[in-house]
Amino acid sequence: MIRKTVENVQEALKGVKDGMTLMLGGFGLCGIPENTISELVRLGVTDLCCISNNAGVDDFGLGLLLQKKQIRKMISSYVGENDEFERQMLSGELEVELTPQGTLAEKCRAAQAGFPAFYTPAGFGTEVALGKETREFNGKMYVLEEAFKADFSFVKAWKGDEAGNLIFKGTARNFNPCMCGAANITVAEVEELLPAGSLDPNDIHVPGIFVQRIFQGEKYEKRIEQRTVRPRN
Amino acid sequence: MLDKNGIAKRIAKEVKDGYYVNLGIGIPTMVANFVRDDISVEFQSENGVLGMGPFPFEGEEDADIINAGKQTITTMPGASFFDSVTSFAMIRGQHVDLTILGAMEVSDKGDIANWKIPGKMVKGMGGAMDLVASAENIIVAMMHTNRAGESKLLKECTLPLTGVGCVKKIVTNLAVLEVTTDGFKLLERAPGVSVEAIENATNGRLIIEGDIPEMKL
Repeated sequence: MIRKTVENVQEALKGVKDGMTLMLGGFGLCGIPENTISELVRLGVTDLCCISNNAGVDDFGLGLLLQKKQIRKMISSYVGENDEFERQMLSGELEVELTPQGTLAEKCRAAQAGFPAFYTPAGFGTEVALGKETREFNGKMYVLEEAFKADFSFVKAWKGDEAGNLIFKGTARNFNPCMCGAANITVAEVEELLPAGSLDPNDIHVPGIFVQRIFQGEKYEKRIEQRTVRPRN
Repeated sequence: MLDKNGIAKRIAKEVKDGYYVNLGIGIPTMVANFVRDDISVEFQSENGVLGMGPFPFEGEEDADIINAGKQTITTMPGASFFDSVTSFAMIRGQHVDLTILGAMEVSDKGDIANWKIPGKMVKGMGGAMDLVASAENIIVAMMHTNRAGESKLLKECTLPLTGVGCVKKIVTNLAVLEVTTDGFKLLERAPGVSVEAIENATNGRLIIEGDIPEMKL
């Protein structure tokens, strides 16, 4: 067994520097690496390029890094719930590359799986395809999209073991698996870190080979963005 | 004229037995409330769930189980969770049978715009570009005109496009229309709405053939 455990979030984030490109898992506030984001705020690293489906809300998730102006560029598919984000983007302080959600996921997977690029129909004929190579296959047009290159990938899982194996819960899985192994160093934070052998190999979602460092998060707020309920009769 | 619930109710009739359906945010989400309960349908949400159920009872919300609108949800028997790559394999690979989404503008060639108003509003396309580029069967749910009273059914979209030549059917508060090579073909009128009212509210090419029946809800 190759051990991937590190003591704490400080050790897990060793080597993160100004100007780096970071991948961060999560969809909205669901399945985001909360402890990692707090530590990035504390470290005060700036000039970051962040690849993440969303940009958090004003006072949680990546919104915390935006508030401190630590992010130079965001690569996301949807940024609708963050006023500070919209303000920085419209004023030109923040560079934003909006990418179709499926393309965003596949650009992570391509990096993980060793593909330099792939063709997708998403965005053909729109401004997303501007300047990109297009090609026809079987009568339909496709856009060539390149794999991401990133320094660190930060993901959050439900359970993990010392070997770096990960299991996710519910829709908190989202972008986390495809970001594992898609950057030079993948750091996983988990709600529960277990000894090797505790997890059934049949149940593993992401094998430990894709993870370099794993630690147990101190606490998880797990904020709900849109609490929707139905009445009991 | 229909309200938003009425639009959702009419679209629900397009959902057939055995369909996997992706519902967008807004009116499309409401479609699930009106689907007949004697047919088997599974709702997909692109953040990673198939077999989405209704909202949870108060106190039973789970922060780890949400839909693409970030709303807390439940799952139905037979549901599954998966990652974003798998989710878009379902969409791009045309395994999802029907996509229902909202729009700011639709052109009479089936182009759709719904993600950006330059200089004013930039929320992003989310999964919409992947959905419209791949789905065989796309229904747009929207109001026929915008808040300024201008038609949203145009000759050409003025806003940045989400997809080209992809919309097949549109259900608005006034009408049901099909996108054909010759423009919007009027299929049904909303209750109490005249053909003239629909003509006046439509900017793109409109095809009216014979008597246009009133919608049955």
